[in-house]
Amino acid sequence: MPEVTIIFDRLRWEEKELYEKGRELGLDINLVDVKEKPLEITNMNQAEGISDVVLQRTISHYKGLYYSAILEAKGHTVINSFVTSLLCGNKLLTTLLLAKNGIPTPRTSVAFSMDSAIREMQRMGFPVVLKPIVGSWGRMIAKINDAEQAESILETRELLTDPQQQIYYLQEYVKRPPRDIRGIVINGNLFVTIYRYQPDDDWRTNIARGGRADALKADHELEDLMIKSAQAVGGKIVGVDAMETENGYVIHEINNNLEFRGATEASGKDIAKEIMNYIKEVVRK
Amino acid sequence: MKAKCKECGADIEVPDDALPGEIVSCPDCGLEYEVVSISKGKVELKLAEEIGEDWGE
Repeated sequence: MPEVTIIFDRLRWEEKELYEKGRELGLDINLVDVKEKPLEITNMNQAEGISDVVLQRTISHYKGLYYSAILEAKGHTVINSFVTSLLCGNKLLTTLLLAKNGIPTPRTSVAFSMDSAIREMQRMGFPVVLKPIVGSWGRMIAKINDAEQAESILETRELLTDPQQQIYYLQEYVKRPPRDIRGIVINGNLFVTIYRYQPDDDWRTNIARGGRADALKADHELEDLMIKSAQAVGGKIVGVDAMETENGYVIHEINNNLEFRGATEASGKDIAKEIMNYIKEVVRK
Repeated sequence: MKAKCKECGADIEVPDDALPGEIVSCPDCGLEYEVVSISKGKVELKLAEEIGEDWGE
């Protein structure tokens, strides 16, 4: 049996890098496509062909989430864990945890009907950012400038079949430079920090949306916040997103499904190798 | 290694060190394929999944 299994559903640049760097470090690794391997969930034996230590790398949030739940029940150690994936994959739960742990985060409300969402936005003051509770790559995030716009956007959301789209996560629009900060925290250490600049035609900074990245050296305050944020969700390999405001940094997102190609290019640091070094530590413990 | 695109018939170049699960695109029409297997210089492809709503970070 290999020492580590990387589970995936689409082999991206990142998974190939992790596989290659792990092998360079002398790890015996296999790759398992979750689409091809069903799991029996009523016996608690470890899954055949999957090692004790599993690095979870699916591009699909739900496939990774449930595969992790099953493997953990069967006694495998999954990194990041099921709970970390659950918390990071849900903006409402992430914000709750950040606030509960005293980590500065943008002011956020959640409304459970269209009418109360509009009232709440008026109370918060426009512009307000509406985000889906579960979502990625900045999709379906809307900056709402006034009540009229709110009504038309929420009317559209009301028509969507996914009931989570009618739970309205409303966040203050943070005045910030045209960039945010991504920190990559591996086993409690901040390994890389980059600026992510928004493209000319978008206010969102996701690299998947064409944002540009640049290296930066984190100051002590930022480093401390990023490490605390990773701890709050129990994340072993996470991307923590921060914004610069007049009153210091705020943390707005923690990503368990880390994409690090842009950060590798911008920082010149070998993120895949650092991740696999940590995995090696877990394996050889 | 080469494979034929099912959509437009163009040649798709698959690197020799490609791994099962890796995505290759047709250079002409852009259709994406997933590598199923590679053996004895032969590559098997299937149509890749379309982007899911829960994909990515």
